[in-house]
Amino acid sequence: MMRDVAIIGVGVTKFGELWDKSFRNLIAEAGSKALLDSGISGKELDALYVGSMSTGRFVGQEHVGALVADWSGFAHMHIPAIRVESACASGGLAVRQGYFSVASGMNDIVVVGGVEKMTDVVGDEATDTLATGLDQEWESFFGATFPGLYAMIATRHMYEYGTTREQLAKVAVKNHANGALNPYAQFKRAIPLEKILASPMTAYPLGMLDCSPVSDGAAAIVLCAADKAKEYTDKPVKILGTGQASDTLSLHGRRDICTFDSTVYAGKNAYKQAKIEPTDIDVAEVHDCFTIAEIIAIEDLGIVKKGEGGKAIDEKITTLDGKIPVNTSGGLKAKGHPVGATGVAQVAEIVMQLRGEAGDRQVKDAKIGLTHNVGAVGASCVVHILGVK
Amino acid sequence: MSDGAVPRFWREIPQRYNLIGNQCGSCNKIYFPPRESCPYCRRKSMGNMKELKLKGEGEILTYSIIYNAPEHFEGQTPYPIAIIKLDEGPKVTAQIVDCDLDDVKIGMRVKSTFRKISEDGYIGAIYYGYKFKPAEVKE
Repeated sequence: MMRDVAIIGVGVTKFGELWDKSFRNLIAEAGSKALLDSGISGKELDALYVGSMSTGRFVGQEHVGALVADWSGFAHMHIPAIRVESACASGGLAVRQGYFSVASGMNDIVVVGGVEKMTDVVGDEATDTLATGLDQEWESFFGATFPGLYAMIATRHMYEYGTTREQLAKVAVKNHANGALNPYAQFKRAIPLEKILASPMTAYPLGMLDCSPVSDGAAAIVLCAADKAKEYTDKPVKILGTGQASDTLSLHGRRDICTFDSTVYAGKNAYKQAKIEPTDIDVAEVHDCFTIAEIIAIEDLGIVKKGEGGKAIDEKITTLDGKIPVNTSGGLKAKGHPVGATGVAQVAEIVMQLRGEAGDRQVKDAKIGLTHNVGAVGASCVVHILGVK
Repeated sequence: MSDGAVPRFWREIPQRYNLIGNQCGSCNKIYFPPRESCPYCRRKSMGNMKELKLKGEGEILTYSIIYNAPEHFEGQTPYPIAIIKLDEGPKVTAQIVDCDLDDVKIGMRVKSTFRKISEDGYIGAIYYGYKFKPAEVKE
């Protein structure tokens, strides 16, 4: 039987183009902050998990587990260190693996980090590296790009459900407004609707400001067996549910172009374990790598009905003062998207919300939160549900 | 696509050049690209997958116009990319050619055509494969 797991500490670096910080600086900084926040000394640590999508291509370094253990100061303790990869869902999946290791009883306390250093490469190298998460042989080879594939979801969503360019742009407006309140965000500023609509086309119908940026950054959390959590913190946040699912690597292989079944299944499994319904969620961080991605995410997670994601934006259901605030951190769009860090940073944001420590972007009385982390164009997805009594 | 060894492209030549898929001998479902076994019939399909040449006709399910492309596609931007549902069932991702950008629509009938896809720079390999063009030529 699995035991309950709590998050007892979180740490995030600022996200952005951090030219003065290296890959190892970033993850060591996030890890130190998480340890400091958790109240553990470090000696209690049983294992380390780190999510990173493509360290080999971004900074020319593999063997990431050992590297991160070393530069975080755990080499002399010889603890197991595990690197986890699932494209842009690497961070979320690292959280899930860390969760399993504690829930199983094998470990009592583990740290889970996520990191990506994307601005050390020049020109097309960053976007080409991200594209390795697509089907290289049957999508990329023929000229499909990452934004192009999400754009094809948008085109079909517009055709089937009447979703508009304005509704897509409003997702960016909302997330930038939230990002303006987040001290860790890459773009700490609001952007008006007209400016988003006027941004140059990247892949019709998505403009440049429909896309999340290339970013550097790291995040870390400390997981602890729930029955021991009170020894270290007054504010443990429990992991109530976890879900993970996969789908065809290519978008064209799917049952429905406008649905990520990986999200549907990961969500269902997480809800089932947590014994909650989508309506019980007080705050959510979803994977808005493109504006259309947030629209289908809230549909596939059951927050709104299929096809009503655009309408939900118009009705302000997901704004900071809406019924279910989504992406209070600014999301991938404004907070930034250092891919491997994203899934862990989402969990850190929800923990801050549930502890009532989210400052100007605090959601009142938030008790249950959800994180949703997608790999590339939906071939993988990880969902977590967190809660406080 | 990085510059690299050519054999990985030779490997894929039959499917990429000729739209050759395969069919499960048990449930008759058709796959493109061809699969080792049928994901639904599994054991019953093993050794029972039959090669099948697809007609290369179908309709556009969705599309985008690519303005920012990787280096080896840059000379082609802006270009339409689409997901095409072939008449036999499988779906593929490919460029739409031989028409104006504004002509590309969901539901449009298209047929495959053999074209140059991209090249690895000035002296690199040239890659060929399928693109799709309108099934009916405009007057």
